[in-house]
Amino acid sequence: MQTVKMVVTGPFSAGKTEFIRAVSEIDVVQTERKITSAAEQVKETTTVAMDFGRITVDEDLVLYLFGTPGQRRFDFMWEILSEGMLGYIVLVDSARPETFLEARRILETFSTYATTPYVVAANKQDHPDAWEPEDLRIALRVDSNVKLLPCVAKDKEYVKAVLLELLYRILDDIDKAEGQA
Amino acid sequence: MALKGNLRDFSTTQLLNLVNLARKTGTLTIKDSEVPSRLSFREGKLIFATADAAGHESGLLVSILQRTGKLSAERASAIRQGAGKLGDKQLGLMLINAGVVSQDDIMQSVRQHVLDITYGLFDRSEGLFRFDANILPPPECITVSIDLEGVIMDGSRRIKQHEQLEGELPSLDRALKFADRSNVRLRKLNLTEEEWRVISLVNPRNTIRQIGKANNLSDFQIRRIVYGLLQAGLVEMTWPEGIAPPRPRRGVPVGEPAAPPAPAVKRHVIVRLIDRIRRIQ
Repeated sequence: MQTVKMVVTGPFSAGKTEFIRAVSEIDVVQTERKITSAAEQVKETTTVAMDFGRITVDEDLVLYLFGTPGQRRFDFMWEILSEGMLGYIVLVDSARPETFLEARRILETFSTYATTPYVVAANKQDHPDAWEPEDLRIALRVDSNVKLLPCVAKDKEYVKAVLLELLYRILDDIDKAEGQA
Repeated sequence: MALKGNLRDFSTTQLLNLVNLARKTGTLTIKDSEVPSRLSFREGKLIFATADAAGHESGLLVSILQRTGKLSAERASAIRQGAGKLGDKQLGLMLINAGVVSQDDIMQSVRQHVLDITYGLFDRSEGLFRFDANILPPPECITVSIDLEGVIMDGSRRIKQHEQLEGELPSLDRALKFADRSNVRLRKLNLTEEEWRVISLVNPRNTIRQIGKANNLSDFQIRRIVYGLLQAGLVEMTWPEGIAPPRPRRGVPVGEPAAPPAPAVKRHVIVRLIDRIRRIQ
């Protein structure tokens, strides 16, 4: 049995748990706690360790999705979760500019995993205050060769599109590497 | 879709950078008091600004000319009484024809007025903003066309808080490269000698720290210049050439080990994953 994994990261309340829940065939294993900090009370609970979802391809292959905790004090989990990942998705709440600086910090940190492909998903595009993906690209300083996709994490089709885009990117990298070999 | 937020989270410099790079047309309203400031843009260029309750209403020209010393208080008052409900363009034409001011006086004054309001916004660290696409001043307003790169550079020079710059540019160990068409834009800019010296060393081989040291600039000074160049869209961040990006580890200084390569996964594994995800109901 081969297992592969992808990581879903992003600032606090970007929608990572919802994203994984949309496509996971098992109930997402969550480690959530009630929020006590007033500054972070935009939702009732938050992920403190990780989310974990699964997509079984066949009896020989399983894809695991790991969601990183959103709060800064759990940053040390990033590296542990990122070990051996196929690629990662940076999820951003398009309607909360107060999280953009944090999103940039996450992008910067994860970009140090030099060879790992990634895409950026502009989540909550159904929110009336959502910034357009191309505005987010400038705000987050996302390079033009990195895919930045619109997303509504509660909608399975958007989540599938984001995952597929990341897989196409990985495939592209494999083809390039094989072409060079 | 709205483009709104608070200057606390997305500064005036960043907003102007966004308008510039996305070549936006519309009006940005910033409100931190009773009187909102409004900046209007056409295809990424600053064309008009107001900072009064009347917003884009016409009738500003006399006040602008008075403020820039082109009209005395008495004359301005007399013109106001005689102008009635004339639009600014009509009034301007009338004043030029009467030999009161020249066309150049009017354009320079409006330009100065627009820049004064814009520069005033750089000092604000708090205030709600909203960008309304395709909303422009009424046709009777006199508009100008100002490239934002120079405005952004000027605004960045006014930054006095080190913390703000550190948040925006946490690492000096990154390198810089020129953005697309930056050579064309650089020619139009009025840069300081210090800024030119920094630009002369922009190269993926040099870290920002090295550029600062070579020019005897403090961390704050080099950050401020680089921040301005980044926001003006002239340069972009990159990893220093020939150095693997550092992998941050808890308790290990940045710059030590390079990231391990991604796991070797066969092509057919990815193809199967793609096929499976496509089939998710």
